[in-house]
Amino acid sequence: MARTKAQFKINGGVHPSYHKGLAAAKAIADMPLPALLRVSMSQHLGAPAQPTVAKGDTVKRGQVIGEAAGFISAAVHAPTSGTVKALAPAETATGAKAMAVDIEPDGEDAWVELTTHACWEETDPKQLVEIVADTGICGMGGAGFPTHVKLSPPPEKPIDTLIINGAECEPYLTADHRLMLEYADQIAEGAAIIRKILGAEKLIVAIEDNKPDAIDAMETALKDMKGDVTVLVLETGYPQGAEKQQIFAAIGKEVPSGGLPMDVGAVVENVGTTLAVWDAVVNGKPLTERVTTVTGFPVQTPGNVRSRIGTLYSDLLDFCGGTTGEVAKVISGGPMMGFAQHSLDVTTTKTTSGLLFLAPDQVSEFTSMPCISCGRCVVACPMYLVPSEISQMIEAEDYETAEEISVLDCIECGCCAFECPAHRPLVQHMKQGKSHIMLKRRQKKG
Amino acid sequence: MIVATTVAIGGMGLVCGVALAMAARFLAVHEDPRVEELTEILPGANCGGCGFAGCGEYAKAIIVDGAEVTLCAPGGAEILDNIAAFMGVEAEAGEKHVAIVLCGGDNAKAPRRFDYNGVADCNAAHAVDGGDKKCNHGCLGYGSCARACPVEAIEITGTGIAVVHPELCIGCRKCVKTCPRFIIEMVPESQATHVFCSSKDKGPIVKKACQVGCIGCRLCVKFGGESFEMDGFLARRNYETPIEDEDTVIDKCPGDCIVRQEKSAAG
Amino acid sequence: MAETETKTVENEALRIVSTSPHAHSGSDVQHIMLDVIIALVPAFLVACFFFGWDAIRLTFACVLGCVAVEALCRKAMGRDLGIADLSAVVTGILLAFNLPPSIPTWMAVVGSVFAIAVAKQVFGGIGYNPFNPALVGRVVLLISFPVAMTRWSQWTIPSPIGTVDAVTSATPLGLVKTSLLSSGTLPYSFDNATMLQMFTGATNGCIGEVSAAALLLGGAYLLWRRCITWHTPAFYIGTVAVFSAILWAVDPSHNMPPHFHLLAGGLMLGAIFMATDMVTSPVTLKGMAVFGIGCGVLTMVIRKWGGYPEGVSFAILLMNSITPLINRATRPRVFGHARKKTPDKK
Repeated sequence: MARTKAQFKINGGVHPSYHKGLAAAKAIADMPLPALLRVSMSQHLGAPAQPTVAKGDTVKRGQVIGEAAGFISAAVHAPTSGTVKALAPAETATGAKAMAVDIEPDGEDAWVELTTHACWEETDPKQLVEIVADTGICGMGGAGFPTHVKLSPPPEKPIDTLIINGAECEPYLTADHRLMLEYADQIAEGAAIIRKILGAEKLIVAIEDNKPDAIDAMETALKDMKGDVTVLVLETGYPQGAEKQQIFAAIGKEVPSGGLPMDVGAVVENVGTTLAVWDAVVNGKPLTERVTTVTGFPVQTPGNVRSRIGTLYSDLLDFCGGTTGEVAKVISGGPMMGFAQHSLDVTTTKTTSGLLFLAPDQVSEFTSMPCISCGRCVVACPMYLVPSEISQMIEAEDYETAEEISVLDCIECGCCAFECPAHRPLVQHMKQGKSHIMLKRRQKKG
Repeated sequence: MIVATTVAIGGMGLVCGVALAMAARFLAVHEDPRVEELTEILPGANCGGCGFAGCGEYAKAIIVDGAEVTLCAPGGAEILDNIAAFMGVEAEAGEKHVAIVLCGGDNAKAPRRFDYNGVADCNAAHAVDGGDKKCNHGCLGYGSCARACPVEAIEITGTGIAVVHPELCIGCRKCVKTCPRFIIEMVPESQATHVFCSSKDKGPIVKKACQVGCIGCRLCVKFGGESFEMDGFLARRNYETPIEDEDTVIDKCPGDCIVRQEKSAAG
Repeated sequence: MAETETKTVENEALRIVSTSPHAHSGSDVQHIMLDVIIALVPAFLVACFFFGWDAIRLTFACVLGCVAVEALCRKAMGRDLGIADLSAVVTGILLAFNLPPSIPTWMAVVGSVFAIAVAKQVFGGIGYNPFNPALVGRVVLLISFPVAMTRWSQWTIPSPIGTVDAVTSATPLGLVKTSLLSSGTLPYSFDNATMLQMFTGATNGCIGEVSAAALLLGGAYLLWRRCITWHTPAFYIGTVAVFSAILWAVDPSHNMPPHFHLLAGGLMLGAIFMATDMVTSPVTLKGMAVFGIGCGVLTMVIRKWGGYPEGVSFAILLMNSITPLINRATRPRVFGHARKKTPDKK
C-alpha cells in the first residue's frame, strides 16, 4: 500500500469553481419512501430492459421488474415492495422517452430472498460476474455502462490494472466524496472483489487532492490489502475523473481512439459502482438505491441523499427543504456534463449523481456569435482536438471534414464551451456532429 | 536576338501543343455520350431530390445502373416524358406532390415548455430535453427544413412555425427527410384542405399542449366520410377521396386544425 | 405580444434548458477587448507625453471613425450593431498607434473606414476577417499617402557621430535605410544612451510604437490576464533577435545590432498587440509559434533587403494570409491516435 502523486498529467482541462462546500460536510441522509416510484427501463447505456411485470402486480424490493435485453444491457429491480400502478413511457433526464414502471410502495419495504456471498474469496470469478449482472449494476459515475460487460473482458485482453475512480471532478457533486468517507472499508472490499474478478495485479484508487480526508480514509481502509495497491493523488482539475484521462494519469497509457480501456489493460470503476458491487456480492442486494447530491445555492438545505431509484426529482428537492429564490436552471448531474431539466417530473436512475439548481446569475447563456479564433478551446481540450474548427465545420454541415478532424473522439466534457469567450455552444455542435455521423454509419450498414 | 526569341517561344509552343494533343488522345475519359444528353434533359436544379448528388449523377445512374426514370420530382410530367422517350421506356406521371408542414401550432397557439438556449436548428433543439415545444409533435420552428430547401419555398413565419409555399415547392422531399419530428408530408398539389396536426397523443394531452391540435374526436370522419381516416388519435386526410362538404368539415372540427390553405397565403 | 402570453401559460418563468456545460469561465469577447484597451493605456500615455495633442487627436479620430463605420456597416447589413464588443475601439486605437503624429485627421478617418468597412465588415464582421483590420488601414494609408505617412517630427540623437546631424526627422530604421542606400555606411553607433531613448520612447516613429517599455508593460498585463499566450510574441521577438544577431555577427559595419532591431520601429507593438490578434492568428500553440517565427523572418527580410525601412505591418499581414494553412498543418495529435500518421482504417 502506497500513496503517490500522479506522475502523468494530461494537457488541457479547466478549473471551474467547485462549490463543493455546499454539501461536502453533509453526511449521507436516507430519504423516506416517497408516495410513488417511477422506475425507468433505460437507466444504462445499451438496450433498455424488458419489463417483466404487469399493471396490478405486487412486487418485493429487489425483485426483477425488467430483464436485460441483450449483453450490453442491465436488469432493473423493484426499489421497494408495493404494487405496480402503471407501465407507460416516461421522459428521462435526457429528454428521451423510455418505458417506466410506476410502483406504489406498500411501506413494508420487504426484500425478496437474498443470496449472500460473504466468503466471495472462494467463489468462482465467473459466478461473481453473474451476480453483478443479475443485480443490475451499471457505471454510477454518469455514463451507466453495464458493469458486468466491463468485468468480462475477452481472454486476449488481460487486465492488469483496476482503477477505482474517486476523482469526482464535477463541480458541486460530493456523493462519491461522502461514500469514501463513510464506506471506505466496504469500497475497499468491493475493489478487492472486482480485482479478483479481473485478475488485476495492480489496484489504484484515484482521488483528487481537494479531498484529503477521503484520501486518508481510503488509505486506512486499504492498508492491509496485499499486492500492488496505490492511492493515487490527482491534481484537482477537470476532467481528471474522465475515464481516458484518468487512465493516462494512472498508468501513462492512452486508450486508443475508438478503443476501450481494456485495450490498455485497464478497467475503471467509480467508487459508487464499487460499493454497489460489494453490496451485491456480500449482501446479495440488487441495485435499488443510490446517493445523489442535491445541491446549488437556491436549495434550502443541500445534502447527499440516499434515495430509491425511481424517486421523483420533486420529492428529492422537497426532502432537502425546497428552494429559496428563483431557479433558472435545473441540472441532472454535474454542471459540466449534466442534463438540463425543464421539469421536476423526472425520476432518478442508477446514474443520477446529482441534482443541481442554479440561480439566474449563475447561468451563462450560449450565443450565436462567430468564433474569434482565440484558441482557448484548443488549449482546454483534454482530447487535443481543435473544437473551434470542428464546430465551424458542423455549422457548415461539412460532416466529412468534421469526422476527418476526429469529432468522434470528443468526450463532451465541456471544457471548450466552458472557456469559449464567444459563448458558442461547442458541445452541442459536437453532439450534433457525432449523432449525424453515427446515424449515417448505421444507415450505411443497412 | 529576335531569331533566338522566336525559336525559343515557338519551340516551347510546339512542345506544349504536342503534349496537349497527346494528353487529349491518351488520357481522354470515355463517357457514355448519352449521359451528357440526358443531363441536358433534366431540369438542372441539382436539388438532389432523386437521391443522387445532382442531375448529372442521376443521369449517369439511369444509364449506367438502370435507375428508375421517375425519380425527378421537380421535372414534373413533361420532363418525365422526355426522359422516358429518351430511354425508350414507358412511364406514367402521377400528380405532382408538394411538401406541407402538418402543424398549425405557432407560438401564439402552442406554448413552449422551456426556454431553449442553443443552436438554432431543429435537429439540435430536438435533442435537448426532447425539444422545447410542449407538443412532442409540433413544429419547433428553428428552420432546418427551410435551410434544406434548395428553392427557398419554406418560410419560418414571425410566429415561429414553418410554412411551405406550395407554388414554389419543387417536390424534392429534402425537407421531409430533415425534419426531426417527421411532420412534413408530400401531398397532391391540387389539394388545399389538410389536417394541420401530427400529434398522435390523446385528446387531453393535445389540448394542454396546443389550441389547434387534433383531439381525435372523429367528427371529420363522421362528416367527411372516407376523405378522412383515423391514425390512432390523429385524423389524417385521405387524398384519394375528395371531401364532399368541405365547409361543414372545416366548420365542425373542434380543434380548428382542418384548414383550407389559401393559394398565396403563408399561413 | 403572443409570445409573452404563451411564456406565462404555466404561471411560472420558464426554465432555461441547454446542452452541457452549464458552467462558464466568465470570459467574454467584451472583457478581452477591454483588457486589450487597458494594456494599451501605458503606450497611449507615453504617446501623449511625447507627441502631445497629436496623439490624442489621432487616437480619438480613429476610435470614433472605427466605431461609427462599424455601426453604419452593421446597420446597412441589417444586423445588430455589435459595437458593444469593443473590437472596433481596439482596431481604432491600434490604427492610430500605427500613424505618424503629423498626419491629418481626415487621413486617419480614411484609414478607419478601410480598416472596418473593407477589412472587417465586408468579410462578415468580427471572427471572419482574414487580415488584421488596423494593419490593413495602415498599409492602405502608407500606399495612398506615402509622404504624409513618412513625415516625422524632429528627433535629437544624443551622441551623433560622423556626418549625421544632431537633429533628424527620420525614424531610426528610416535613417539606417537611407544612410545604407546613399553612403553604404551606418548612420550612427548604437550606444546605451540611444538605446535608453528608444526603450522609453523619446524617439521618432508612429505614435504608439515608440516606447518599448510601455508596450512591454501592456504585454505583461495581457499575459497576466490570459488574453494572449507567450508563444507569438516570444517567437516573433526571438526570431528577430536571432536573425539580426546573425547579420550583425557576419557584417557589423552594415548591420545594426540585435538590440537596436528589437527596440526600433513597430516590432514591440506588432509582436505584442498585432500578431496576437486572435481572429487573424492561428488557434494552436504550435501554430502561434510558427506564426511568430514567420513574422520575425519576414520583418527582418524586409528591413534588410526590402524597399521599406520597416516590415512589421507587411510581415504580419503576409502571415495572416497563411493562418488557415498554419492551423491545418499544426493540428495537435488527437489523444489516443498514433503519433505518426497511419493510413485511416475505415
